[in-house]
Amino acid sequence: MAQHSSKGARFQAVTANRLSDGEVVYLTPDNQWAETFAAADITDGPEAGDALLARALPADFELHVLEPYLFEVLQDASHFKPASVREIIRAAGPTVRLDLGKQADAKRES
Amino acid sequence: MYRYDEFDHQLVGERVKQFRGQVERRVSGELSEDAFKPLRLMNGVYLQLHAYMLRVAIPYGTLSSKQLRMQAHIARKYDRGYGHFTTRQNIQFNWPALNKIPDLLEELATVEMHAIQTSGNCIRNVTSDQYAAAIDGEVEDPRIISEIIRQWSTFHPEFTYLPRKFKIAVTGHDNDRAAIKLHDIGIVIKQNELGDVGYEIHVGGGQGRTPLIAKKMADFVPKAQLLAYLEAVMRVYNMLGRRDNSYKARIKIMVHETGEVEMRRLIEAEFAKIDASQMLAVPPAEIDRISAYFASPEFETLPASSDVLEAAKTRDADFARWVRANVVAHKQDGYAIVNISLKPIGGVPGDASDVQMEAVADLAERYSFDEIRVTHEQNLVLPHIRLHDLKTVYDALHAHDLATANLGLISDTIACPGLDYCNLANARSIPLAQEISERFADLDRQYDIGELKIKISGCINACGHHHVGHIGILGVDKKGTEFYQISLGGSADENASIGKITGRAFTEETIVDAIETVVTTYTDVREGGERFIDTYRRVGLDPFKERLYAE
Ligand code: HEM
Ligand code: SF4
Repeated sequence: MAQHSSKGARFQAVTANRLSDGEVVYLTPDNQWAETFAAADITDGPEAGDALLARALPADFELHVLEPYLFEVLQDASHFKPASVREIIRAAGPTVRLDLGKQADAKRES
Repeated sequence: MYRYDEFDHQLVGERVKQFRGQVERRVSGELSEDAFKPLRLMNGVYLQLHAYMLRVAIPYGTLSSKQLRMQAHIARKYDRGYGHFTTRQNIQFNWPALNKIPDLLEELATVEMHAIQTSGNCIRNVTSDQYAAAIDGEVEDPRIISEIIRQWSTFHPEFTYLPRKFKIAVTGHDNDRAAIKLHDIGIVIKQNELGDVGYEIHVGGGQGRTPLIAKKMADFVPKAQLLAYLEAVMRVYNMLGRRDNSYKARIKIMVHETGEVEMRRLIEAEFAKIDASQMLAVPPAEIDRISAYFASPEFETLPASSDVLEAAKTRDADFARWVRANVVAHKQDGYAIVNISLKPIGGVPGDASDVQMEAVADLAERYSFDEIRVTHEQNLVLPHIRLHDLKTVYDALHAHDLATANLGLISDTIACPGLDYCNLANARSIPLAQEISERFADLDRQYDIGELKIKISGCINACGHHHVGHIGILGVDKKGTEFYQISLGGSADENASIGKITGRAFTEETIVDAIETVVTTYTDVREGGERFIDTYRRVGLDPFKERLYAE
């Protein structure tokens, strides 16, 4: 499994790709997979992170998602955002096609 | 053009059916992801950042208009209205849903195309010269032998589980446009003093984290013995190639570690055994049969120049510039080779929309004997256009934003998908290509700079060929932030070379300025008619380093 978090990471969330269409999804507090980062369960502290990842691994998710992993999240002012460029792009869509991906869905909905 | 026979149809059809069953079993939970992943990869289905990606092979870079129209249809029906032409003469779709891919593949098979051999540790799609059968001075159409190799290698039981993927490229011309020295096997078609046609074989080139130029293993393998020779190379590799470490598993590492002389000895010993058995001799009748598919179009007898063309050039300066930059002399009087740049200023290198693909397909059908080529530099080619049709073709291309006059110039950048799409990426590639083309948008400035190949990869896998860019850019990741390393002096042609890294990496904010510094250093120190690569070879890295890292 890829490493997308660091040892010193404080806040973390779990992401994966949905089996049916590869859509980026996030594990929510009630163990669902949501399409938006805003719905992700975000944990504080390394042990809580491990526990979060453990919730993503049960075999029943094999039918829904691929390759779940932990990634680092930063808190700025009052809201959270992914720490790496990679996860920012996964949460939004290609930066060269703003008409595609989650960023476009968000625009359509608003 | 090659047409599937019954056997090919059956093979591809069965493979689609098989994959449909595999997808169903994955979705129903019968197959785990671990079991399914190698199966989907064998059918060209990757997982990227936002979605699945399907890679479709365009054998030796040749498409009919019907086939290109099918790509447009797939883009529209199964994807988001566009496709991405890659450095491996493939097309990639970035958004197909898994459960629709079997239907997609079934439609694709109706135009005799598939996604087999686009992934996995097999012999991949054979690539070739985009000017095949159109350029003067070619010994033989390289697609004939490419097709023979394709037939020999597809599903060859011995080569299904190689230590690593294996890439073969063929050119029939001394000017190498297929980057043959950067492939596991590179083949140059040659004619000897007796007038016989044979093959010069280079083995062990490649990019990725260990870029190496192939070593010449044979000067002249006679026609009938080619497959025996290739089989010998493959056997030596299959027996001795490393399987313990995927970074060391490519044949280039083996050639490097074994040494050129010993490698040649091993191949020749194996070749002698296979050749003696005559098992793999290619019968002349078979060569003739395949050659017939690539019979020359019925060119008209035309004068070598066209008044219509000359008049149009005088009237329309933009057209004249496009002719100068993108149109190449054809072997047949009265015809020309048209390059279609997929690098509009500020655009995504290699992307084409469904509508653009259909426009190109229509032009090919009407004006280019139904043929389109795709190039490893992520452009398209209409190989056989009459001189007096050039203006009409240009106008139609122009209407679809396909007439950028920048072939081989600084804005004709190769860029891999990078962190905008790719799961393995460290940094984005495409935005850099866009910024560079915008920085140097002025065509007169581009013509003044002259031939300059910038190639950008988002990680060390080097899908964007950065090692062989005159200017190469490699994306690196430092704690989740993008940085870019510059290398200079690479080249992918017959004088292939690997670029040298200038020094510490640049940030996203400073990299385009750094590229401009490299370019102005060149224009300041160049002599006479030197191209960038000539100047670099004369002065070396130092003058560039001094300017780049001056405090
Ligand atoms: C986005 C999905 C892609 C993935 C997962 C991927 C993966 C890889 C990997 C792992 C390698 C290194 C192999 C090695 O060194 O043994 C590689 C090499 C390469 N890929 Fe890709 N790639 C992708 C897209 C592309 C695209 C879009 C192109 C064309 C623009 C491309 C062309 C190449 C080439 C030319 C090489 C270098 C081959 C060599 O080592 O000589 N790939 N790719
Ligand atoms: S070079 Fe790296 S980032 Fe670019 S497509 Fe290849 S694997 Fe992805």
